[in-house]
Amino acid sequence: MADTDNSDAFVAFERVQKSYDGESLVVKDLNLTMPKGEFLTMLGPSGSGKTTCLMMLAGFESATHGEIKIDGVSINNIPPHKRGIGMVFQNYALFPHMTIAENLSFPLEVRKIGKSDREKKIKRALDMVEMGDFGGRRPAQLSGGQQQRVALARALVFEPELVLMDEPLGALDKQLREKMQFEITDLAHNLGITTVYVTHDQTEALTMSDRVAVFDDGRIQQIDPPDVLYESPQNSFVAQFIGENNTMQGTVKQIQGKQCLVELDNGEEIDAAPVNVNKVGERTTISIRPERVEFNKERLHADAHTLKAEVLEFIYMGDIFRTRLRVAGKEDFIIKTRNAPDQRRLKPGEQIEIGWMPEDARALDA
Amino acid sequence: MSDVTDATTAKRGPTPDDGLRIADSKDSGPVLSADGTPLKKSLRRALRMEKLRALALIAPLLIFVMISFIIPIGEMLFRSVENQIVEDTIPDAVRELRQWDRDEDELPPEAVFEAMYHDLFTASEAKKHTRLGSRLNYEESGMSSLFRQSGRALDDLGDDYLDALEEIDPDWEEGTVWYEMMSGGEGAERDTELSSRVVGQISNLEETFLPDTDAFAPSQAISELLPRTAEAYTRFAVFEALVDERDITDRDPWENVYPALIADMKSADVSGYDGPHADMLRELKSNIDDFEAPNYKAAFAAIDEDWAAHETWATIKAHSVRYTNGYFLNAIDMKRTPDGAVSQPEDRQILVKLFQRTLKMSLIITGSCILLGYPVAWILANLPTGKANLLMILVLLPFWTSLLVRTSAWKVMLQQQGVINDTLVWLGLVGDDSRLIMMNNATGTIIAMTHILLPFMILPMYSVMQTINPSYLRAAKSLGATNWTAFWRVYFPQSIPGIGAGSILVFILAIGYYITPEIVGGTDGVFISNRIAYHISSSLNWGLAAALGSILLAVVLILYWAYDRIVGIDNVKLG
Repeated sequence: MADTDNSDAFVAFERVQKSYDGESLVVKDLNLTMPKGEFLTMLGPSGSGKTTCLMMLAGFESATHGEIKIDGVSINNIPPHKRGIGMVFQNYALFPHMTIAENLSFPLEVRKIGKSDREKKIKRALDMVEMGDFGGRRPAQLSGGQQQRVALARALVFEPELVLMDEPLGALDKQLREKMQFEITDLAHNLGITTVYVTHDQTEALTMSDRVAVFDDGRIQQIDPPDVLYESPQNSFVAQFIGENNTMQGTVKQIQGKQCLVELDNGEEIDAAPVNVNKVGERTTISIRPERVEFNKERLHADAHTLKAEVLEFIYMGDIFRTRLRVAGKEDFIIKTRNAPDQRRLKPGEQIEIGWMPEDARALDA
Repeated sequence: MSDVTDATTAKRGPTPDDGLRIADSKDSGPVLSADGTPLKKSLRRALRMEKLRALALIAPLLIFVMISFIIPIGEMLFRSVENQIVEDTIPDAVRELRQWDRDEDELPPEAVFEAMYHDLFTASEAKKHTRLGSRLNYEESGMSSLFRQSGRALDDLGDDYLDALEEIDPDWEEGTVWYEMMSGGEGAERDTELSSRVVGQISNLEETFLPDTDAFAPSQAISELLPRTAEAYTRFAVFEALVDERDITDRDPWENVYPALIADMKSADVSGYDGPHADMLRELKSNIDDFEAPNYKAAFAAIDEDWAAHETWATIKAHSVRYTNGYFLNAIDMKRTPDGAVSQPEDRQILVKLFQRTLKMSLIITGSCILLGYPVAWILANLPTGKANLLMILVLLPFWTSLLVRTSAWKVMLQQQGVINDTLVWLGLVGDDSRLIMMNNATGTIIAMTHILLPFMILPMYSVMQTINPSYLRAAKSLGATNWTAFWRVYFPQSIPGIGAGSILVFILAIGYYITPEIVGGTDGVFISNRIAYHISSSLNWGLAAALGSILLAVVLILYWAYDRIVGIDNVKLG
């Protein structure tokens, strides 16, 4: 599952474990490598171990077992202030008793950088986040978005090669968050810095990252670029966690190469792509994205299997239509259709048949 | 539905919307509410009810605090300038003394002595003359015994005159005769003006309110004929009737009426007088040349030679004002003299030194509390809640023990045969013959008070530190700061409000501390409050105690103000 190619690794976790109480592991056997310049997001529900991983990398938590390396050097015994890692905190952690300029000056002062150099770097960093005029203000005089920019500038002002961000956009409103997502990725790519970004917001993870590591139960469940993650989830947790998803339980009836036939619990049969199933008779969960469900029979293969469905609810959402169906005895089956001129609008009570391309429906672990 | 809507729009009664519309349509003039009254007025009316309700909620506490705290303290502080006792006790003498120019004349004129004689006689009958003596003794030692002794001796002068009067007519001794003569008999016109003036004087003297009833008023005729006698007798009569509640019709008057009678008779023309006992007066008048006019100056000098001293009278005059700065001058080791404020003699200058010591030691105690309390507060703030609560109980434990017990415990610890010295001797760090003196001096006070006031420092610091997000320290470290730099440049500045709050609290508590310095302070570890307590309970010089208290209060307020100017009181957080 995890990436094991170490040749161009800039950051590497090798068999890292972490326990707080000596009884249970918060992080279980973590292996992860990152090439230089990558924007990697750790995504997962709270308690999944993603923040602990970040804290271990930053040096605020020590690994119970295993090694963390930066540029091939183990940093297990290097204190946080010598690691040279920029960090953006969830609450920004801007020092309230210092002005913005003083906040930015702090990492430069402790590095004993001369005054004129400091001023130059501060100005460049502030200009970079479009906060050039705010140097004399105090953090409390700035809005949340402005504080966020300053926190970013402070983490970058001493030109670290690795920047860690711990849910930095969590406190912002939706519009600002979307704007900042774009700005942060832009900045990270332009400066060529390696970024580890922690979030529990899957949209954020998908839009910003080069690769996303999905955490659950102290393990990386899948680590892949956003499109692969979305379209080819490796297990039912990832499928559930990323994006909207319809699931159906059933038993594998036959497997033919990249296609299998699953008998649902109500006796109906449907096609799927076998991912985590190996043999006939195994229990499985079929996962299908709402936008890949087709109810126009002409667009399906002639020999495709279909399911009977009853329209329960039709929701007009502007750009798309969202329709809730009763399928195989369950009432939470969602399909999404584009609001195109020729698109048919389903009516509640209507009886239809739905189907899909076999490769879109993934037969995962039960 | 539409019908209903139409109906409401058709009926144009005053609604809030109308008010707004009217307000909008008029650009100038006050904004009106729906019923046409100015908006400000109706807002005020609406808020008044809320304010009254809020006031009613706090009223019980407010009244309690006013009655039990603010008024008594104000009354007490007022004593630092109040000096009515002199004028209340010897009102006429004080009035007469104003005429005396002490640079011109060695002694005051005879009128002063005469007034003093009658005033002191009244005061002595009311047993208030010793109180005045004590008051003046604060300023000039010897005054107390002078007044006490004079009160006893004043009768002599009157007795001599009475003996002589009896030789002319034995009736002069009869109380009934005196009453008839002074009251002028039934239906005589009364001198109520004199009567109410005397009632006022006796009220002041007794420090109670006496009703201005017709207890006694001399007849107008006798008051004009014998003014001194009438006044002296009226004082006697009013005092006996109102204060002692006796029947005065047959009581012998006080002895001071006899010299007054002789003095009056020397110049009075009694030939036309026809009131009761006019014959006695005429008989006395015919023999008046046998009497010597009373010489009060000589009489006082005979009682005590201090009465013939310039100093005595100058002191009385200097302190006869109703409001004095004398106590405040005393409080800063000076005194009010006839020649203005001068320093006390060297050996009596202790109060300024005590003030300085109080301030210095309070600062030291505050400093020790910061040094000892900061790490504790830091640990408390950074421990998990369970452990922090346990430690917090240990911090609060002293609060649940009596102050007296804690201080006494320190006595056991600190004394020369105490626990600490025994341990040090046992360890061999200190020789048995050179045990440390840690008690009955400033060291003892500082140690015990630091311990006792420590919780007041820890609690505000703890509550401020709790609010400092640990991510600040992490951020500082991730930015490259060492542990020390992160603490000193990021954590410490944010904890200053807690230090400030704790310091104000500890310093203000320390500056007024009393019990602990009293018990472990010895002589050079006592505070100004111990001196205040001494003047309240032992020397009974409440005026000086109040002045010292007022100065202490002023010092605290000034420091508070200075703190506000320098640090800003908004930066103080108690939690």
